[in-house]
Amino acid sequence: MMSPLLEIDNLGVTFSTRRGLVEAVRGVSLSLQPGEMLGLVGESGSGKSVTGFAVTGLLDKPGRITAGRVKFRGQDITRASGAELRNLHGANMAMIFQNPRAALNPIRTVGAQIADAVLSHRRLSKQEARAEALKLLRAVQIRDPDRRLDAYPHELSGGMCQRVMIAIAISCNPSLLIADEPTTGLDVTTQKVVMDLLARIVAERGMTTILITHDLGLAAHYCRRVVVMEQGRLVEEGAPQTLFRAPQHAYTKRLVASSPTATSRVGDLVPADEALPVVEVKERPTPAPGTPPLLDVQHVVKRFDDGAAAVADFSMTMAAGESVGLVGESGSGKSTTARMICRLIDPSAGDILFDGYSIAKLPARDFHRSPLRKEIQIVFQDPHESLNPRFTAFDCIAHPLLRLTGLRPGDALRSRVEECADRVGLPRELLSRFPHQLSGGQKARIGIARAIACRPRLLVLDEPTAALDVSVQAVVLQLLDRLRREDNLAFLFVSHDLNVVRMMCSRTIVLRAGGIVEQGESLALFANPQTDYTRELVEAIPHIGSPASLLPA
Amino acid sequence: MGTIGATLIRAGRRFLSSLPALFGVLVFTFLLMRVLPGDPAVFFASGPSAGNEEIEVVRKQLGLDRSLPEQLVIYLHDVGRGNLGRSMMTGQPVAKDLRQRLPASLELTLTALVIALIAAVPLGVLAALRPNSLIDHSVRLFCSLGVCVPTFVSGLLLIYVFYYLLGLAPDPTGRIDVFASVPPARTGFLMVDFLLAGDVEGWWAAARQLMLPAFTMALFVIAPLARITRASMLVSLGSDFVRTARSVGLSRWQIVVTYALRNAILPVITIAGIVFSTMLGANVLVEKVFSWPGVASYALDALLVSDYAPVQGFVLLMASIFVAVNLLVDVLYGIADPRATVA
Repeated sequence: MMSPLLEIDNLGVTFSTRRGLVEAVRGVSLSLQPGEMLGLVGESGSGKSVTGFAVTGLLDKPGRITAGRVKFRGQDITRASGAELRNLHGANMAMIFQNPRAALNPIRTVGAQIADAVLSHRRLSKQEARAEALKLLRAVQIRDPDRRLDAYPHELSGGMCQRVMIAIAISCNPSLLIADEPTTGLDVTTQKVVMDLLARIVAERGMTTILITHDLGLAAHYCRRVVVMEQGRLVEEGAPQTLFRAPQHAYTKRLVASSPTATSRVGDLVPADEALPVVEVKERPTPAPGTPPLLDVQHVVKRFDDGAAAVADFSMTMAAGESVGLVGESGSGKSTTARMICRLIDPSAGDILFDGYSIAKLPARDFHRSPLRKEIQIVFQDPHESLNPRFTAFDCIAHPLLRLTGLRPGDALRSRVEECADRVGLPRELLSRFPHQLSGGQKARIGIARAIACRPRLLVLDEPTAALDVSVQAVVLQLLDRLRREDNLAFLFVSHDLNVVRMMCSRTIVLRAGGIVEQGESLALFANPQTDYTRELVEAIPHIGSPASLLPA
Repeated sequence: MGTIGATLIRAGRRFLSSLPALFGVLVFTFLLMRVLPGDPAVFFASGPSAGNEEIEVVRKQLGLDRSLPEQLVIYLHDVGRGNLGRSMMTGQPVAKDLRQRLPASLELTLTALVIALIAAVPLGVLAALRPNSLIDHSVRLFCSLGVCVPTFVSGLLLIYVFYYLLGLAPDPTGRIDVFASVPPARTGFLMVDFLLAGDVEGWWAAARQLMLPAFTMALFVIAPLARITRASMLVSLGSDFVRTARSVGLSRWQIVVTYALRNAILPVITIAGIVFSTMLGANVLVEKVFSWPGVASYALDALLVSDYAPVQGFVLLMASIFVAVNLLVDVLYGIADPRATVA
């Protein structure tokens, strides 16, 4: 057995905050063999990123290593001086970060940034460094590398920026590479391309890698060994197939259960003892023939000022109580379509009928005065940003009631808000709190309560769980599904997560570059895609395999 | 080429969009001067004993007997031909007066701005590198003092210390010693004219004369510049790309200067432009304390004796300089930030 490249022994990291000391990492021990790719998974706040930063000595100011040792090639680097660390950085260990666009200097060309990294550890002339940068851009398979050398980060796509970041990280051939959520925020097909590239480069150059991610599928797909972290501790470790098929620790079990897979159902995501009681829903009478559909979108087009079409000729119909998924990659026009339907922006052409009434001709800025405004409500993507920070939870939920239903402050309003809070499972005592005093899941519940407060018939959900941890996502999805059944709500569910859409929606529409590629029954569509594009999307999703316990009985 | 072209297009658009504002300034000052109390005809008639007839004659000479719109049209027509009127105070055309005095003001203000930037940017960077340290607090104290003490007080203090006590500075009156020979005026900037004339001794004398007022003025504007440098440096240093730079082991100098400061300098450019324009007009106190023959003190003198033309000319000049400085800031911004596009 070779001696390990990296040995973490009983690592402890503490952050000093305004509310005192917070232990972010407690007693973590790990060792990595040369050439290994280790997956470090966990939800936000689990300490996985902090562990990565502690290993590379890049912890932010308030954070401090308070216990343990990190031995790199047998040498303890927790007590390394600034100069020693600088020699380690880049030449021996490098990092790849989440949000590649922010991780690159916005006002320096990518060629110059790669050359900077090369020059920091090697004695080369400027020309040689530039040639080296070009070679690295070729290695990360950037198209047209000669021209891209002089491009600025804002001129490149997110996936391209991440390739540049990889080029910077591997520029001095480090032996240890730490990738912190390298593909979070990228489209699933881009994620696959970038991860495949990274895995190949790492294997070719014999680098040891730690892949930090919240996505179990990603870790399972690329790593031989995975460790799970919860609240700063390591809870379980093993090969992904055994770990995710037969998790031992309660937290891992929960994490595995709540990660949506190709076969999971909404009800399976939450452990039985925490699941919401199943409500009996009586059969709704089928509408009389001749009633118009709830929503009828006819050939809508959205053109931007420069003439480019964000959405070209989109049509769909929806019945009451139906749930339709809208999937596609960034730039496919799914959000633009959703915004036109909930009348936040005006279509350039085409018509939108709600309940048989045309609503496309009403300008978006006047639509809030229309009586149909309360029929079509929206749940926004980011539960943190979409709540007014100066409104309490109560105010947030009461606001649409005051504006749209004519309720006045008083007992009626209070009881209506409390009823909404009850329905979304938000404890009443939290109603007086402000958003910053609540967790992400609680804020998501407020967003949902606000949307259903006016008893709408159509709910447009724009990536409602994209910013949430999987265990919170599981609960929120289940809640949404129940609300839909109880109220016979129609859902237009916009998401990039195909597994979520498949569970939540009976029908799915796949968009690409502003046009419909494919549509049909969700299960059939994903099981047997008819177009190459949909197949590509489906196949790009990393899977953790189908753990036996979750297969439908 | 692409970015430079885009920057020029943007600058051109900005310039066009600022023309209406310039016109507004023109009309507004004209009206303001007319509603202010004080009758120039009375003032410029030969004396307090002047009879009504004499005053009437002066009024007619000045064109003040005509209606307000008529006066405005005549004024606009004259301005259009580059004629800003004649100053009653100096007896010279206003355009000539301003042309003589503007270089004095510009020389002083530019020197003060350069001094302020040289002091403020490093101070701000130091403060940001060690937030809440002794350095940070000293910089904060220094900045607060600079802002709290009025310029005429700090000017007098500097004169007291460097001229009266230490004797290092020359007699603090005017741009140059009364008895010294003045170089042929080619640019109006003494520092440049002396150099062009090859008179090093004269140049040094003029430079010494310039130092006290320039430092007085700089003291006042170091504070905003240093504070904005510190704030934007803090943001820059905490950003993801600085973390990237650290993760590949770039040298400290490169991280602080090439990565952090180059990004942090953008808001400093904007503030420096605003500060410069304000200084040019607001340094009347400094000009008065040091008997500096600048445009601001000229305009103030004219205002005190209800001499319309110089004041209107001054305001128009300031507005034009403001527009020009903003254009310059735009161009600099375009060079410093590749993301700035035609918008």
